[in-house]
Amino acid sequence: MAGQHRKAQAHDELAPVVLKIAGITKRFGALTANENVSLTLHQGDVVALLGENGAGKTTLMNILFGHYVADEGEILVAGAAGALEHLPPGSPQAALDAGIGMVHQHFTLAENLTGFENILLGVEPIFGLARGRSAARAKIEKIVTDSGLAVDLDTPVSSLTVGEKQRVEILKALFRDARILVLDEPTAVLTPQESEGLFQVVEKLAAAGLTVIFISHKLHEVLAASHRIAVLRGGVLVGELTTADADRGKIAELMVGREVPASQRSPMSPGAAVLKLDEVKVSGSDARRTLHAVSMVVHEREVVGIAGVAGNGQSALASLISGLVEPEAGRVEFCGDAVTTFSPRTFMSAGIGRIPEDRHHDGVVGAMTVAENLAIETLKDARFSQNGFLRFNGFQSHALEAIEAFDIRCSGPDAPTRLLSGGNMQKLILARVLENAPKLILANQPTRGLDVGAQTEVHKRLLAARERDAAVILISEDLDELFTLTDRIYVMHAGNLDDAGPTDALDRAAVGLMMAGHSAEATAS
Amino acid sequence: MIRLEPRTTPSRTLALLAPFAAVACALALAAIPLLAAGQNLFEAYGLMVKGAFGSAFAFSETLTRATPLILTGLAAAVAFRAKLWNIGGEGQFYLGALAAVIVGTGAVPGPAWVLVPLVLLAGASAGAIGLIGPAYLKTRFKTDEVVTTLLLNFIILLIVQMALQGWLKDPMSLGWPQSEPIVDEATLPALFEKYRVHAGLLVSLAAAAVITIVMRHTVLGFELRAVGENPDAARHAGISVNGTMLKAAAISGALAGLAGTSEVIGLKGYLTSDISPGFGYAGIVVAMLARLSPVGVVVSSIFIAGVFVGADSMSRAIGVSSYLADLVVALALLSVLVAGFSIRYRVRWLGLRGGEA
Repeated sequence: MAGQHRKAQAHDELAPVVLKIAGITKRFGALTANENVSLTLHQGDVVALLGENGAGKTTLMNILFGHYVADEGEILVAGAAGALEHLPPGSPQAALDAGIGMVHQHFTLAENLTGFENILLGVEPIFGLARGRSAARAKIEKIVTDSGLAVDLDTPVSSLTVGEKQRVEILKALFRDARILVLDEPTAVLTPQESEGLFQVVEKLAAAGLTVIFISHKLHEVLAASHRIAVLRGGVLVGELTTADADRGKIAELMVGREVPASQRSPMSPGAAVLKLDEVKVSGSDARRTLHAVSMVVHEREVVGIAGVAGNGQSALASLISGLVEPEAGRVEFCGDAVTTFSPRTFMSAGIGRIPEDRHHDGVVGAMTVAENLAIETLKDARFSQNGFLRFNGFQSHALEAIEAFDIRCSGPDAPTRLLSGGNMQKLILARVLENAPKLILANQPTRGLDVGAQTEVHKRLLAARERDAAVILISEDLDELFTLTDRIYVMHAGNLDDAGPTDALDRAAVGLMMAGHSAEATAS
Repeated sequence: MIRLEPRTTPSRTLALLAPFAAVACALALAAIPLLAAGQNLFEAYGLMVKGAFGSAFAFSETLTRATPLILTGLAAAVAFRAKLWNIGGEGQFYLGALAAVIVGTGAVPGPAWVLVPLVLLAGASAGAIGLIGPAYLKTRFKTDEVVTTLLLNFIILLIVQMALQGWLKDPMSLGWPQSEPIVDEATLPALFEKYRVHAGLLVSLAAAAVITIVMRHTVLGFELRAVGENPDAARHAGISVNGTMLKAAAISGALAGLAGTSEVIGLKGYLTSDISPGFGYAGIVVAMLARLSPVGVVVSSIFIAGVFVGADSMSRAIGVSSYLADLVVALALLSVLVAGFSIRYRVRWLGLRGGEA
């Protein structure tokens, strides 16, 4: 792969410029989202646009795509003849016409139509429906053959896998003659193998002359798949380097602006079993909410990871351990005792702390204040209420302590929680979970959408809890995170949980295969 | 092209001004039929204000009207806080009225200090039961409480009519379908000589004070707000969403029931099937105008009551139908809904070509 990259770079130097972003500045009130950002892309370039949340990646792409108008600067795109032309600002139609295509993180496909119909949707003339279909079909099939984007075009999109849906989205852009393709967090929903496949397609397309910008915050895939890396921080382009010269530490430092100490897991000997699931079944309305006879065990001083592609039953497992659903069959043991009452309240008072997957939806009540959200799980506590009446002093002093101890950035205890950034909201939830020294912590995607700084903070807190004898269950789609933090890994696929064994003896490829549904034995052989 | 953009922080000033803007808007819109009827606007609205607030008698009539509205308004405000859409205030009102005549017409003997609280308690319980039923169906079977509470209104009214034609009918009423009169010991006294405004007003104001304290200063109020704002997060935090919903239903139904009781034992003295000119429904408007604040409910009740009383008086003076009051109230509800929307969204005009993509 590396040799291929270098070849492509040599090619870049000679290749014509297709896109020139020149001195873009965009302000939203007092906030400067982009400041004098300039970036030049050549034909066949694969540029990774890297940056933390709020670094200005999305703003820059929205300006490129005509959703926002820049306050200063301009964008030049090579026209059909190859000469750079000024791109009219604020017009998505102009961006499309200039050959800029975008694949959003959340797909924009009509689920009940086939892939073919989705690709045609919007470009098909309203009158004379049938005309031109065969020509379009031929064009798409040529793109499929050339790019290797194999996908069944004639089944409804609803029955395609996530990876296939993404291919349809890319085909849609290519069908509209995109010469510059923007991929927004393209691997967020893919297995490692699917991501690898995507990168191969991208490489092939680039070799054929397509210019690709892909937005990401995952360092390892940026290193694996790009030719060049552009790093944004606080709206400023702080670094542009060729991938061959880059290493993880250097890029992370550019992104965060300071050295990022990797979370270090010290070896510890696990203690007694804290949570034990034995052939536990949960039946839900769909696959995401179903568990088939799942067994697992978590000990004191142990972080156990649950790997898996989103939607394979992690929600059901998390709901079960949060006390939100009752199992249909099987045995749940907590600290040696069989659990008979399944409710969030009994689970919390038994010593289970829960970090929910969707902090906006399940973690906090956005309309209520920081102080109220910090106290919501322990309202009956003498600090917060007496004989059913709230004690505001207790709320205030408790909130001030938590804000201080967990560095929650907000205007004060009375700030509405929905105004907090994702990272600060997560710190609020961490404060609430950790203050009662829980015996078991369920962390469901605790770092999703957080910047590197906040991620490190969450990791540090979880590892500190482990050192305090707590057991931790970490559900994550991020293999990096799992391999850094966990002692053992289970892999979840289609409602089944496979024991992959101690993390130190595992490699990513094996876990990836298990995530795709191959059993541990098959992987070993 | 017009684009709607959500505001990141709902404007506080707008939130405060919205009800007043909505009222102004409703009055401006109601001016159209007034003008069409050939009336002088200033004269008509002037008569309305005078009829509602222009004299001690006028104001006492407005307060008399406001008494049940405060209670039904509080009922809607408490339920809506928990996102329990109680449209059944009218039915719960009649249940409270029914309980008042069952207990208060001589079936239970006793002195006033026992009987009045007993009748109020009976009315509140009847109203509470009237909403706990639909709320239980909602928590257990996810039935839509808008449908069940709304339809129950008609069922309860028919039951009241049936009772008034039958076992509740006063033999001395010369055939009119009305109940026996409330005994003196169960009657809420008038507050002033020669005015109709009665001690029910004090009950309403006390209820508003209690609800303010419950919502702001108790665990129950906290849980109610949390369940209303984000039931999933509340459940995750160990709050019983169904339990809180049922408690909200009990409080809301009790308040609407009290409205009916107070109307029977404070004002009318007996029950007829037309005792409410839609107090239950008007309570929804009152609550929305008040943006669900209990103190606001008192203010908006007096306004809505003023519209009704003033329109009555105006129609007698210049011959415009008093249905104008219903029109103003309905327009006020629509306007306040639009105003609530504009607090959360910004409307942006993008020019004629601006929205093309």
